[in-house]
Amino acid sequence: MDHFPTNWGRPRNDAVDAYNTYPLHSRPVHHDSFADGVQRTQQPIVTGTSVLAIRYKDGVMMAADTLASYGSLARFKDVTRLHAVGDYTILGAGGDMSDFQYLKSVLNDLIIDEFTQADGHALGPSEIFEVLSGIMYGRRSKFNPLWNSLLVGGFKDGKSFLAYVDLLGTTYKDNAIATGYGAYIALPLLREIMDAKGPENISEEEARSMLTESMKVLFYRDARSLNKFQIGKITATGVEISDAISVPTEWAFAEKIRGYGAQTQ
Amino acid sequence: MSDLMAHPYHQYHPQQPQQRQFNPYTENGGTILAIAGADFSVIAGDTRQSEGYSIQTRYAPKVFKLTDKAVLAVNGFAADGNMFVKKVKQRLEWYRHAHSKDMPLRAIARMIQTMLYAQRFFPYYVYNILGGIEEDGTGAVYSFDPVGSYEREACRAAGAASALVQPFLDNQIYFKNQTPALGSAHPTHLPLRHVVELVIDSFTGATERHIEVGDSLEMYIVLARGRSLQGLEGLKDVRELSTPGSNGERLFVLRKPLKRD
Repeated sequence: MDHFPTNWGRPRNDAVDAYNTYPLHSRPVHHDSFADGVQRTQQPIVTGTSVLAIRYKDGVMMAADTLASYGSLARFKDVTRLHAVGDYTILGAGGDMSDFQYLKSVLNDLIIDEFTQADGHALGPSEIFEVLSGIMYGRRSKFNPLWNSLLVGGFKDGKSFLAYVDLLGTTYKDNAIATGYGAYIALPLLREIMDAKGPENISEEEARSMLTESMKVLFYRDARSLNKFQIGKITATGVEISDAISVPTEWAFAEKIRGYGAQTQ
Repeated sequence: MSDLMAHPYHQYHPQQPQQRQFNPYTENGGTILAIAGADFSVIAGDTRQSEGYSIQTRYAPKVFKLTDKAVLAVNGFAADGNMFVKKVKQRLEWYRHAHSKDMPLRAIARMIQTMLYAQRFFPYYVYNILGGIEEDGTGAVYSFDPVGSYEREACRAAGAASALVQPFLDNQIYFKNQTPALGSAHPTHLPLRHVVELVIDSFTGATERHIEVGDSLEMYIVLARGRSLQGLEGLKDVRELSTPGSNGERLFVLRKPLKRD
């Protein structure tokens, strides 16, 4: 219970204290005893690795594995890092998974707010990206970043959309984007085909094989990855996020490798 | 400080709780450049956006049309750059609605200095170059540092390869370290075609020698009211952005591929 009547409601006239119980100029200042204890994300804790996405003939296809790591510990092995936002957009996230979870709830509230308007306008990928990049840049400007690298893919009104935003608010659009380790390992593979053909000449099967092949290569080389991933696609028919997929890999050669492991000869 | 350190009670303790600080900035490479002529202005930038050794995208514009006679190039931290351009455009729209005319170039320049200095203690990590046509019909270039210091000049390069391009411009525009032939003088203003060639050479050169520059060149050309198209004829890859044949300032954009390696 607040025992200061002037805090119950603002007097109509600031010059006259209608309650006349307490001098207006010396209201108690609100002090947050926990202000010093407020933590900001200064480093990611439970993290997801790369997200890959390409534009192709029918829309956008995106892939991410289902691992959430705790440092080098493979902590959660069935986490969905692809998330549908509204009817036209997929959001893919790398980086801190709790920040991603928070972003999902913010975007969910946004979609509900827009839906409630019932004005016949639904948010497309470009609008969602604008909101998202605003949130990311705003949080970095408050020195309280959301520690993620995000891909926004979508398809609306016959046009596909693919863009990137990260914890600094850095943004860009492209036909093929990969975050994290994927930017080093998978992106060159994706660009090789994209540059040769262009998105309009890549079929759904080819897009799928580009992403599965890239995910396989990432599994071979990225120590924080998992051979269990999802592929999401967004086309004129809507959003589809697959169940977890895995691809056959070949490790027999590993036994013969000398010089890295604990073996003596 | 050294006095403090010398005192036995103030020795450096490596085990002190250390705070790692979040760095809100990054560098996204690229280079921009602008040159003013007597009755035109040329503003250019490459379109590569990079972070470290990674090319994020080969097409992220750094040069933006503000009004019919003002073009702004931004270079540095891309997120800050985009936000800054967004805010400048918003202020220009408000001005248009309040005064039913576009803000004059020198006023845009002063506004940009105010907007940059307003962020003096958390700066936009961005180098700005503003080019266009002044109210008296002369071509102008204004260059800014991240906290708003600015001046009007004839030419300026900024960004990753500024140290490569600016000396070239000093030599070719200001004729620094050149002596004119006996009985002649260096020209004060160069013709448009010559300037366009210099800009293209600057960027092909910077692309050769700097890894963060390349992919493609985007060059805006603003011509003063009533000026002929002399200097643009025969140029490939040029597109007019203003209404063709309008009697105001005319704006053109030239897009040209650069090496992608």
